[in-house]
Amino acid sequence: MENRGIQEIQEEIVDEFALFDDWMQRYEYMIELGKSLPQIAPEFKTDDHLIKGCQSKVWVHAHLDEDKLVFTADSEAIITKGIIAILIRAFSNHKPSEILEAETDFIDEIGLKEHLSPTRANGLVSMIKQLKLYAVAYQAQAESGA
Amino acid sequence: MKEVLLDIEQIRKDFPILHRKVNGQPLVYLDNAATSQTPQQVIDAITDYYSRYNANIHRGVHSLSQEATDAYEQARRKIQGHFNAAHPEEIIFTSGTTHAINLVAQGFTTFLSPGDEIWVSALEHHSNIVPWQMLCERSGAKLRVIPMNENGELELDVFKSNVGPQTKLVFVNHVSNALGTINPIEAIIETAHAVGAAVLVDGAQAAPHIVADFQALDVDFYTVSAHKMCGPTGVGVLYGKKDWLEKLPPYQGGGEMIATVSFEETTYAGLPHKFEAGTPNICGGIAFGAALDYLHGIGMQAIQEYEEELLQYATEKLLAIPGLKIYGEAPEKTSVISFNLEGIHPYDVGTLLDQMGIAVRTGHHCAQPIMDFYKIPGTVRASFCFYNTQEEVDRLTAGIDKARQMLS
Repeated sequence: MENRGIQEIQEEIVDEFALFDDWMQRYEYMIELGKSLPQIAPEFKTDDHLIKGCQSKVWVHAHLDEDKLVFTADSEAIITKGIIAILIRAFSNHKPSEILEAETDFIDEIGLKEHLSPTRANGLVSMIKQLKLYAVAYQAQAESGA
Repeated sequence: MKEVLLDIEQIRKDFPILHRKVNGQPLVYLDNAATSQTPQQVIDAITDYYSRYNANIHRGVHSLSQEATDAYEQARRKIQGHFNAAHPEEIIFTSGTTHAINLVAQGFTTFLSPGDEIWVSALEHHSNIVPWQMLCERSGAKLRVIPMNENGELELDVFKSNVGPQTKLVFVNHVSNALGTINPIEAIIETAHAVGAAVLVDGAQAAPHIVADFQALDVDFYTVSAHKMCGPTGVGVLYGKKDWLEKLPPYQGGGEMIATVSFEETTYAGLPHKFEAGTPNICGGIAFGAALDYLHGIGMQAIQEYEEELLQYATEKLLAIPGLKIYGEAPEKTSVISFNLEGIHPYDVGTLLDQMGIAVRTGHHCAQPIMDFYKIPGTVRASFCFYNTQEEVDRLTAGIDKARQMLS
């Protein structure tokens, strides 16, 4: 995969979701995406990697591949896995600085807006925050190490 | 179902919210154990209060204040009558059940010493465990738990054979919020009283379905929340026997709860004002009274019988879905069904049902110890009210089956 920007990938996801006529197709697709989520290694499926604020357990791990941050994750709930798969597709394999700058408006456009409310139990807001926190941490590390 | 006991079609007309759509579908509201919906009669009582006689109560000499005071005190008497309390001042208005429980837990600090025991049931809501843990930390008393079995019933033998003079307080919910089990509070009260312990029963989940008779039960304390009984949020009641409430120290300081104040000394007001510091939720209390009027207009007995029929119908329908397991199968339960589909997370089921306009609760229902007992992350909970119909149960059943197909 050549180096495409986060913005470009988000637009691609929005275009894919625009093809669906109803909620059922949208959720069936999310369930499919959930099944293809890049799996977190078992040794990282610990409480340290749990995202707080989700009704189903969500584990996220990040590691640096050269100068790019790569995310892996898992969840007990398949729809939650689908949501995090969408986020990972947009944010993984980018520099921490790019992840920090990225907008998240595309979530609205793909009809997942209802999951953005802070009261929603799936914790989409917490997931985005966690991905960005990893970016902050790795960027700080890169700056101090450089 | 054998017979329709209530004119449900007519009753549903009283609830404006039941006619809205959610995600493009007519709403099927099955989260009644979290909060019940509000009939027009109660909404009107709220509007009427703010439109005609909104005023602060108990001290104003002007007419509005007197009207508001009368309406508020009349609501207290309605609650007293509904639950057959001996005196109106035994009804303390609170912000809800959690507030009521904390009031008792705080007050009991002075009555306990190290070595004393407080019993709670394994079927409790988190909010009901934490105040007692805090009380134990303050007083040095020990917290003990009445265990539950696979059916979601309490194992009273363990309780009966372990209580003694060290037992000071027993806390149990009348009905479990997660499973719907109706607990044998009569036996618990009798056992506790035999060793001189007081009993606090959380009636939040029971009150919408069962009328507790406080005097017949001989219960020491009982709590309810208005919003689970077709009333507004933010208002509830602590019932306490007069003797206990007189002994219990005040919970919060402020206006209303004092008789005389100087910088040297304050004397407290009598019951119920001793526990009602500050301006109360006046409108909420009045609307709670209106909600009781509404429920009595239908008839609590008829409500209970109808809900039992609906529960039976729903249980049969749901059990016919492949891979569906119901948690909490006590013979005595209210119209609550907690369930899971084999190999599927409850959150996924709840999310898809929401897309179909069906409101259920998913998660651990603030009762993590129960989920730990069954070794599950949570359940899907459908809870029924008298305004729910067989057709709605059919939509729930079809919805669960659809979710099962999508998620398998």
